[in-house]
Amino acid sequence: MISITNLHAGYGALAVLFGIELKVARGDCLALIGANGAGKSTLFSTLSGLLDAQQGDIQFDGQSIIGLSPVTIVQRGLIVVPEGRRLFASLSVEENLLLGKNSKRQGNWTLERIYDLFPTLGPLRHRNAMALSGGQQQLVAIGRALMSNPLALLCDELSLGLSPAAVDVVYEALKTIRREGLTTIIVEQDIGRALSSSDNFACIRHGQIALAGRSDQVDRSAISAAYFGTH
Amino acid sequence: MVEILLNGIFIGSLYALFGIGLALTLGLMRQINLAHGDLIVLSAYAALEATRLTGLHPLIVMPVVVVGMYFIGWALQRVLIERVMGRGETSPLLITFGLSMVLQSAMQLAFTADTASLDPGFLGPASVQIGPLTMGLLPIITFGVSVGVFALTAAVFNATNFGRSVRATADDARTATLMGIDTKSIFSTAMGLSIAVSAVAAIFFGMRGTFGPFVGGNWMLYAFETVILGGLGSIWGTFAGGLILGVSQALGGMIQPSFAPLLGHIVFLVVLLVRPRGLFAK
Repeated sequence: MISITNLHAGYGALAVLFGIELKVARGDCLALIGANGAGKSTLFSTLSGLLDAQQGDIQFDGQSIIGLSPVTIVQRGLIVVPEGRRLFASLSVEENLLLGKNSKRQGNWTLERIYDLFPTLGPLRHRNAMALSGGQQQLVAIGRALMSNPLALLCDELSLGLSPAAVDVVYEALKTIRREGLTTIIVEQDIGRALSSSDNFACIRHGQIALAGRSDQVDRSAISAAYFGTH
Repeated sequence: MVEILLNGIFIGSLYALFGIGLALTLGLMRQINLAHGDLIVLSAYAALEATRLTGLHPLIVMPVVVVGMYFIGWALQRVLIERVMGRGETSPLLITFGLSMVLQSAMQLAFTADTASLDPGFLGPASVQIGPLTMGLLPIITFGVSVGVFALTAAVFNATNFGRSVRATADDARTATLMGIDTKSIFSTAMGLSIAVSAVAAIFFGMRGTFGPFVGGNWMLYAFETVILGGLGSIWGTFAGGLILGVSQALGGMIQPSFAPLLGHIVFLVVLLVRPRGLFAK
């Protein structure tokens, strides 16, 4: 579904990613882990089209998405659940959800299905999105992305700033979504949570893949070594 | 007294029409277009030329002028403002200030500095008698059209995907892009609509009074006061702001004709002191 080959990207003269190689099969979940500044957000920015790749290729659903605008990439079915939710402050919960329809993609996701998946949102549909708790806002952010009927979801720091109970709710929802066959890449600081929620993982350090493999077969000490660069 | 208040409401509905375009750019897109008043004047001249060429009534040529001004607004955003966006908050301000200067000079060159007006034809002297009150037909039509334009604008911006997309883009353009919103296209369309609805105001004002190449600043001032009085982000607040300004001027005019604009400005100042974000700010 997603195949990244020799990807180099950065900001002007500042190179951040150096030859990233990753593959995510259809329906799989990849956990992307790494310290702050390792290059996870840069990789997401490149995947979503906000940042141009300097070299390499990204194949999505059998086609290269290099050079495409973020709008076209969303129309192809790849969408981000951004770090910090980034809900639209002047819009209600339902209006935020409806914005996902801008992708114009056909699919099964409707407002009713989102409210079925996240029953707590139904009674809050006409409230301003910013009046919700952090956990509820995260559900809106996921719902908004689902409304675009995506093939793949890029989830950036889903648990950031949430209470443990809210994080449980969010990851339970992610589990349900994955049963729909959605391909997901999650960036998560909580390594235990990331590994238990994914099929595969990749650890980025200094803009390169330091370690990758099956999430259920990983040796924790190897992850620590890859994460911190210790041996 | 009732007649004076009604006249204030009617002229206020015209100020509200001046303000609605600015309310869209300032309140919803968070952009200040300093050429707004001059673009209204340009609309009035466009209507004048259209009536001269065709011999038709200004209200008949209005749709053509409105559509033409939509494309001018669209191009203004695409060709000028978009180029300087992201280069600091003052850049769009300065580029529209430059455009204002160019428009004023160009209109003076094309139409001379003499004042002009649109011939309202039979609507000019026409009046309606309701009980003891005699009201001009043109002000009543102006009021009705103003309410209609506001209702349509509110419906578009509150209940359509386009309206949601404009508000989302104004909130956070980067995230809007990530949600598949073509932010450039959305803002160009919104600017086009902003100038198009202002063209409606220009034609009604042109039938009620005179205009010249340099009155854009005054019209911009009324538009600005209307929007700020009503509160940023509130479409119907802008309508209320226009009515307050109109009624204030009418009451000022009762005291002394030259006192009319002054009382309007005083009310504006007092409201800002009491409610700095305007009366109905969101």
